Amino acid sequence: MSQAIPKPVTQLVEAFSRLPGIGPKTASRLTYYLLRAPDELSQTLAAAIGDLKAKTRTCSICYNITEEDPCPICRDEAREQGTLVIVEEPLDVLAVERTGAYQGRYHVLHGAISPVEGIGPEDLKIRELVARVQAGGVLEVIIATNPGMEGDATAMYVQRQLVPTGVKITRLARGLPTGGDLEYVDSVTLLRALQGRQEM
Amino acid sequence: MPDRERTLRTDVVILRRQDYGEADRLLVLLTAGHGKLRALAKGARKPFARKAGHLELYALVDMQLARGREWYTVREAETREPFLALREDLVRSSYASHFVELIDRFTGEHDASRAEFELLVSSLERLCTSADPRSIARYFELGLLGLAGFAPSLHQCAIGQEDVQPQDQFFSPPDGGVICPNHHAGLDRGLPISLPALKVLRYMQTQPWKAVQGVNIGAALHLELERLLLAYLTYVLEQRLQSVEFLRRLRREDG
Ligand SMILES: [Zn+2]
Repeated sequence: MSQAIPKPVTQLVEAFSRLPGIGPKTASRLTYYLLRAPDELSQTLAAAIGDLKAKTRTCSICYNITEEDPCPICRDEAREQGTLVIVEEPLDVLAVERTGAYQGRYHVLHGAISPVEGIGPEDLKIRELVARVQAGGVLEVIIATNPGMEGDATAMYVQRQLVPTGVKITRLARGLPTGGDLEYVDSVTLLRALQGRQEM
Repeated sequence: MPDRERTLRTDVVILRRQDYGEADRLLVLLTAGHGKLRALAKGARKPFARKAGHLELYALVDMQLARGREWYTVREAETREPFLALREDLVRSSYASHFVELIDRFTGEHDASRAEFELLVSSLERLCTSADPRSIARYFELGLLGLAGFAPSLHQCAIGQEDVQPQDQFFSPPDGGVICPNHHAGLDRGLPISLPALKVLRYMQTQPWKAVQGVNIGAALHLELERLLLAYLTYVLEQRLQSVEFLRRLRREDG
């Protein structure tokens, strides 16, 4: 970057560029936007970023991101102890919660197995999940990893690890997306929807 | 001169993909005729995106791509072969990631040949149908090494160049192949290679898969072949192979 640009500017551009989905152009645009915007915006943003790490932690039971440990879901006595939904990311917990139909608890793996990217089982909260199930009280584990190569590999690996515990293991049904048009659906999705068909 | 065509249509295998922006995916593709390239699939993470199901890792896809400034954009995608069996078996899917990792490491942007594409597709096909992935993997590794200009020398001593005799030899990654016992004397490099292992490697290097698939290889010999080729690949690439670590882990856990 040119010497004509002040260091604080290049610093922020470089910091933005390290975020996923932000290239050098977007990084510059955001930086110059903040320069022109009222001071208050930068201050709020800086404070929010500071709090993000300082005031959150992972729940020591389910590994979701939380302000207090254990998280509100793990503390909620009304939620079933016996059922765990296994998800890749904290955002997936929100997605399941939005259905309003699930009354059990969660376990967040923090990623999916991807040997090519160097992400192995030891990088995920799989050992912790096995220990949690071994400790007792869990009757069913519902694997809700993403459909696709990494999610499938993760599901199969988690299953292998849990089989010795004797817990009931299920996986979310994979079917047709609502709002989709049958003719555009790929054959794998269609095949799985056919396998998972239900009587009506 | 790069070609100025705005769009291109080609068969591709999706090697890698990462989330990009709100709902997009950035793909690394091995194409049938245009080498390895990057393409952005807009909206691919939305479940109702009609391309979404056609952008699965390791799948063979008929794709229409539009050239952009930084990379290509996916216009149309239609799965030709999903290689479903890979997704339903952990060992097979790990071998597939080993193949893809090697292809990715051995090729630079735009510079893979059609032969590499065909080797990858046929190896993925074989993985789906064969009971034993090990021969498929070794055959793939030797094929890829050959295409990349690193075919190990298996007939002449890599140091003395004389024909090797039918006896146990040494295999030296830095020298690019087999070293005879005479030239190995006094050297501190080189792994022992048994005569059966040398024979199998030679056969795999020169014969079509149809012949190779029928060769009966015992468990000990399989281990030796894997150890030799992985040592050589690691040396050539100057990197650890990540998928191999995962395969080893699965094997350890299986006892
Ligand atoms: Zn919790």
